Amino acid sequence: MNYFLRKNVNRLMLFATFICAILAMIPLVLIFSDLLIRGGGALNFDFFTQLPKPVGETGGGMANAIAGTLMLILTASAMGVPVGVMGGIYLAEFGKGRFSSWVRFSADVLSGTPSIVIGIFAYTLFVLPMKGFSGVSGSFALAIIMIPIILRTTEEMMRLVPVSLREGALALGIHRWKMLTFVVLKTAASGIITAIMLAVARIAGETAPLLFTTLGNQYWNFSPLEPTAALPLQIYTFSISPYEDWQRQALAGAFVLIVIIFLLNALSRLIFHENKN
Amino acid sequence: MRADFIFEKTTKVFAFLSVAIVSLMGFLLLMESWPSIQQSGFLFLIKKVWDPVIHDYGALPFVYGTLVSSGLALIMAIPLSLGVAIFLSELAPYYLRRPIAFLVELLAAIPSVIYGLWGLFYLVPLLREKVEPFFIDRFGFLPFFEGPPYGIGMLPAAILLAIMIIPIISSISRDVMQAVPQHQREAALALGATRWETTRVAVLRYGKSGIFGAIFLGLGRALGETMAVTMVIGNRPDISLSLFAPSHTMASVIANEFAEASSDLYLSALAEIGLVLFLVTFLVNMIARLLVMKTAKPFAAV
Repeated sequence: MNYFLRKNVNRLMLFATFICAILAMIPLVLIFSDLLIRGGGALNFDFFTQLPKPVGETGGGMANAIAGTLMLILTASAMGVPVGVMGGIYLAEFGKGRFSSWVRFSADVLSGTPSIVIGIFAYTLFVLPMKGFSGVSGSFALAIIMIPIILRTTEEMMRLVPVSLREGALALGIHRWKMLTFVVLKTAASGIITAIMLAVARIAGETAPLLFTTLGNQYWNFSPLEPTAALPLQIYTFSISPYEDWQRQALAGAFVLIVIIFLLNALSRLIFHENKN
Repeated sequence: MRADFIFEKTTKVFAFLSVAIVSLMGFLLLMESWPSIQQSGFLFLIKKVWDPVIHDYGALPFVYGTLVSSGLALIMAIPLSLGVAIFLSELAPYYLRRPIAFLVELLAAIPSVIYGLWGLFYLVPLLREKVEPFFIDRFGFLPFFEGPPYGIGMLPAAILLAIMIIPIISSISRDVMQAVPQHQREAALALGATRWETTRVAVLRYGKSGIFGAIFLGLGRALGETMAVTMVIGNRPDISLSLFAPSHTMASVIANEFAEASSDLYLSALAEIGLVLFLVTFLVNMIARLLVMKTAKPFAAV
């Protein structure tokens, strides 16, 4: 190949990768601007304070779904965070040998399992024996999704804590568990909090595992043993409905959800970098 | 020292929980799908009829839909993601790398249901009114562009899947490319290679298995993706070559019918589809991890 041709192939390919980078960002811009215009436009005060209205009546909101999602996130975190953090501490500090490689392997399997399959699992474990859909079965499924994210990050963050810090603590004569909780865990805290926030951002929008566990609810419900409304579920039901007012509500809900998730992502990055510097 | 002992054992119990969850999940899925496995055995996956009314369950339309939609998504996403990865790891000025990587990764943070909603309200009308009529007019004689322009169907599902796996493939193959030792590039440059030739010969060839791993991870995600696909694919258990025809995937049939499954066998058939999905994504992810570990350092949960 002559020099001229090679030079132009080079230019062409380099330009093509630049175009790829632009193309990859277009969906993000489109989705966000569309949601901002149509979803943000459909948003009003009622959305945060009212129950959904039945078909035919306009107005109403998703107050119960927002409350339901918060409840699901709290209960899922109550289950998922301790398992993830404690498991991560084990892997980082005591994790040698065959057992810990099984733990890592399981976490990898969990993170690759489709969320709908986790939903079936929660269904057979909770909904079948309890003979009814319930919020707690949904939060169990969400907790499973949180575990691998928190577990692997906790392990990584604990390992990043310098040995000198551990030795310094031990040299002062304190117990190993105190060294781990009050020195190592405290130093790694910002990284772990970042992981928890990212896990929460991830489950806040999860829909598939809730379809046949929490089921959704058009009314208020604060009992974990009853079907519970959730924001992503409500967005799903309303967006596939043929009613224009419901579709408008779905757009508003999607806008609220995406803003929450982007904020969580941005905030977690901020916390992480603040502490790194 | 007793406190230390208790502390270690407590963390061990929590660590064991994740092993227990995975084992229990596999076991319960198998138990739940056992009646269906007993009834149709391996025929389940190659039978074409899905009719809950007469208790005839064959999963072929769903297997076909899952494979075709994921395959099409890969065809669209691979060149684009590799382009992004090359741009970010080899070419972009340093001040641009972080922001662009952040924006592309934000795509991964958008929940599936929002992709579905966007697909339903913006992509589907666009396809129905502009894109599909155009293709039917010009290339309607090809089996891929047959049928009326519904808007919903295989094509929007594949497009959404492609958008959803771009951040995965591009961010992991970028990590792989950045793990290629600098002296590989310098050697190629010293032989007089251009920038592109250096990338092709030194970076892409060196990181080949890792890049394949990234693609497999994307595939694993696409196979199990539920909400976005369910909302735009049309949910009809037909096998059609046409990109414009409504279809169904393994994940979407579970999402649509599980809550309403009226008989035990019906539920069991759906659980068996879930079991197959579990095993397939498990295999694909393991292959991906092995491939990526060959070139880059092991990565944490994605």
